[in-house]
Amino acid sequence: MELNAISIGFVVFTIFTLGGALGVVMTRNLFQGTIWLMVSLFGVAGYFVLLSAPFLAAVQILVYIGAIAILITFAVMLTRSIARIKERYIRTAPSFIGSLALFLILLLGVTIPIFGAHSPESIPEYVASTRDLGAALVDENGYVVPFLLASVLLTAAMIGAIFIARDERS
Amino acid sequence: MAPLWMYLAVAAALFSIGVFGVLARRNAVAILMSVELMLNAVNINLVAFWRYSETSTDLLLNGYVFTAFVLIVAAAEAAVGLAIIITVYRNRRSVIPEEAAMLKG
Repeated sequence: MELNAISIGFVVFTIFTLGGALGVVMTRNLFQGTIWLMVSLFGVAGYFVLLSAPFLAAVQILVYIGAIAILITFAVMLTRSIARIKERYIRTAPSFIGSLALFLILLLGVTIPIFGAHSPESIPEYVASTRDLGAALVDENGYVVPFLLASVLLTAAMIGAIFIARDERS
Repeated sequence: MAPLWMYLAVAAALFSIGVFGVLARRNAVAILMSVELMLNAVNINLVAFWRYSETSTDLLLNGYVFTAFVLIVAAAEAAVGLAIIITVYRNRRSVIPEEAAMLKG
């Protein structure tokens, strides 16, 4: 892997993603955990740019950092969970061993070609653009049915969230 | 570009960190944040496989569109999950999942 802008970007986004993820699971203060979550999600958006999917990177920033992280911040504030919980972890050792074993198995799976050739020789020259995505989403031979189903799912989830979180005494 | 296995290795590390968070953290909000990390690892895998997949005559958009749907499902999951956490906190004054055992027979 030669030293160019893409490989430098890969290293930087790897530091962002994995460092942010470690911050999420290790920090004691959940406010800081939300900030670390934003850092990690930003790193994932950078990967999407490197993989020539700029629309997904924009959606990642808007939906994850703009909406979900803010929603989690509100939940942290509403539940005042910092003061109540003294210890961070439960079942620390078995969880750590289990997730480490999972990581090693996955790493073996992606580096050793057990399931056939694992690394393509060349990547495709032409890559689908955002225009192609937009056309396919409303094409009747494309993805219009899952697109509408996703709309219904999102509406149902929002109504359900409002219904569940409503205070019945007021 | 970086080879495919490097993206997959990063995604595996991110997924494993998320698994550790889900299993070990005591706070329900932290568990939900770890679930988001796991979903993001899956998204990295999907986009990487889409980008490195073989060229064909017709335009392949499956990985791209599927990633967008995973994002939608993650948004729905976060909204409903946080609503449940807030309701449990209102009823039990606790965000520890072990203490929310009202449905246990």
